Amino acid sequence: MNRILTTKAGSNVNRLRIPWRPFSNDAAPVICPNAGNPEKGSEAEQYDIAIVGGGMVGLALACSLASKPLTKHLNVVIVDSNPALGAKHFIKKDDLPDPRVSTITPATISFLKDIGAWRFVEQHRHAYFDKMQVWDYTGLSYAKYNARDADKEVLGCVVENKVLLSSLLSHVQNTELLKKIYPSRLTSMSILPNSSSSEVNSTLSMTSLFTHGRLAKLELEDGNSLYAKLVVGADGGKSRVRELAGIRTTGWNYSQNAIICTVEHAVENHCAWQRFLPSGPLALLPIGDKFSNIVWTMTPKESSDFKSMTEDDFLKAVNHALDYGYGPHPTSSILGGSELFSWLKGGISSSANDCFEVPPKVVKLASERMAFPLSLRHANDYVSKRVALIGDAAHTVHPLAGQGVNLGFGDASSLSSVISEGIAVGTDVGEVRLLKKYEADRKPANIMMMAILDGFQKAYSVDFGPLNILRAAAFHGANHISPLKRSIISYASGELRLPLFA
Amino acid sequence: MASSKLLSQPRWHRLLGTNLFNVRLFSDLASQHPVSDPEPKSNNKFKNTSSTPSSLKEAELAKFAAIADTWWDSEGPFKPLHKMNPTRLAFIRSTLCRHFRKDPLSARPFEGLRIIDVGCGGGILSEPLARMGAIVTGIDAIEKNIKIARIHANLDPTTSNIEYCCTTAEKLVDEQRQFDAVIALEVIEHVADPAEFCKSLSALTAHEGATVVSTINRSMRSYATAIVAAEYLLHWLPKGTHQWSSFLTPEELTMILKHCSIHVREMAGFVFNPITGRWSLSDDISVNFIAFGTKETHEE
Repeated sequence: MNRILTTKAGSNVNRLRIPWRPFSNDAAPVICPNAGNPEKGSEAEQYDIAIVGGGMVGLALACSLASKPLTKHLNVVIVDSNPALGAKHFIKKDDLPDPRVSTITPATISFLKDIGAWRFVEQHRHAYFDKMQVWDYTGLSYAKYNARDADKEVLGCVVENKVLLSSLLSHVQNTELLKKIYPSRLTSMSILPNSSSSEVNSTLSMTSLFTHGRLAKLELEDGNSLYAKLVVGADGGKSRVRELAGIRTTGWNYSQNAIICTVEHAVENHCAWQRFLPSGPLALLPIGDKFSNIVWTMTPKESSDFKSMTEDDFLKAVNHALDYGYGPHPTSSILGGSELFSWLKGGISSSANDCFEVPPKVVKLASERMAFPLSLRHANDYVSKRVALIGDAAHTVHPLAGQGVNLGFGDASSLSSVISEGIAVGTDVGEVRLLKKYEADRKPANIMMMAILDGFQKAYSVDFGPLNILRAAAFHGANHISPLKRSIISYASGELRLPLFA
Repeated sequence: MASSKLLSQPRWHRLLGTNLFNVRLFSDLASQHPVSDPEPKSNNKFKNTSSTPSSLKEAELAKFAAIADTWWDSEGPFKPLHKMNPTRLAFIRSTLCRHFRKDPLSARPFEGLRIIDVGCGGGILSEPLARMGAIVTGIDAIEKNIKIARIHANLDPTTSNIEYCCTTAEKLVDEQRQFDAVIALEVIEHVADPAEFCKSLSALTAHEGATVVSTINRSMRSYATAIVAAEYLLHWLPKGTHQWSSFLTPEELTMILKHCSIHVREMAGFVFNPITGRWSLSDDISVNFIAFGTKETHEE
């Protein structure tokens, strides 16, 4: 075979320079990325994908990769110092609900079903809801949404974050994808530009691959280091990966904090309630077993007051805010009722005829009250060489529509599809050209959603007569114009990528 | 017959007509090689090829290494090829998996298959094929391309055992090599005698093996897009990269291949969507098209 290697014009010096191994099918005697075996004498190991951040979105990406035939053989590790990831912890049935919950849209539910994690969620507390009522303090209008309006069974499901986390973790640990969890924090990450060496040697050590830009090197707080072809930043709003990759963000802080807590009712709650108050919306979401979760957005001063007041005072304040506090109950007669839009109706919207209801009274506080500041932040780029950002690392939004983590799950789903398509045609997973496909898929959809939520937030932060009426009219329209309502429900459920342009 | 039209142009005319692409890229090197004439980027298989300079100094190697990334610079002069690559690979993957009855859901479906990439250039096609598990041989008539390809492939353990040779299909036929799949993408429009070229491709293909050829159709649309738009308006390709008269229509290609015992089983076109900036497979073979054929040596 070696005779082929020499061309007719004399044996070239370059041929002697390149110690060419005889033609063989065996992998070179170096680290084969798919074997994951450590190189002798070196501590660092090499993996295909390093997911920095083992939260819900990071674990969802791992589960999604494990569920696809083309990617399930990859070597993936997670870097996260959260001790909950290491220990097998059991959620007891009698545990009170944690106030950190997420509203999962139907689109996310089917994603979680596809990746095989939903069945674990169903074993713990979770609450589907099919009704939603939205109104504001002016009493000018209200909107009731029912899943039946869009021919669905549920509008969403409220699940505690710790349930989602442990479900995803249990599922991914049953697969062979996740090779290791590094219980440490990322301190530094280096990725060198692509280069080629003039002396081509056959010992492809990880160091030389790294020097030529083919691997990223991660250094952790506990002294470990590792190499990976692709680093995924799933480490939240203050992403270290994003910072180290030099990706800038755009955004602003809302001058609002959110208070979250768990409350209990005397009766079961099956509806999601949201009332826009002068300083921010108050949301009451069912969690199951007569518990509900409260997300109350307000000014920072108010939030420290509400956090420190006694439990009884707080419960009184909540009930007041959901009832006659700040303004009257809305009735539809002020703006004309459904007859006004009868000429526009595309179909019978049954929930348009539902009356306004007052939410069930809150009788007991079942958890401590937590407060955290709200902001909007969007990474200018989602990807760079050998780096991709998903979830809150790429974007944070206002919680007023419960979309935040659903956008993150959408990112995880899209990135794993893009990686799978890349593997199908033999691409290196860290190549920017491939990663940009993920960015092109998710960025427009995320930006659209963020703009809409920000629009809502701004529209409701102003108390100005004509604007109030305009808002109320918009509400009214959304309540009575069925095609619009169906669009809104479909978009909020995650089925439409962009609103109105189906 | 179209092939007589192709042969009527004297060979030297074609040489001058084809672009001096390589010279433009490696213009600083050309001055050091008065012997080697400026060769076109793609092969002219019947030329006395690989006029390798007699001695290659280490300094040259360093220079090649420095510019090797232009081949692999996905925003550089080879950008159109990089963009089209995943689409070509998708077609190759689906046809070869079906033909050799490999599992399409495997990450390395070509395990055990010997594949040759004729006119491999910098290895843009060879490397993904190697990652898909194939035993890949890449050949190109231009020494520089082979160097670049080898340097780049050596930087990834999954592609470092690709065999690159600076040679031609005819020479390999003389050495009686055979492969399970012979792939010649965007080459045949640059050869002087497509019929002879296809004969070589066929000889390299093992019995019941696969041959994949892609090229540009000779149609009004391809004149407008591949020549006028690509070369003169959008500057995707240097002027003179292609000669419209040397394009083959799908019918001609099928017939030429049939005469070499390769029966074309599937054909597809590549279309470019200017809004998304992506190529995709389609039934439209009026501009770029790719053909998959199998070798059967029984008499018709």
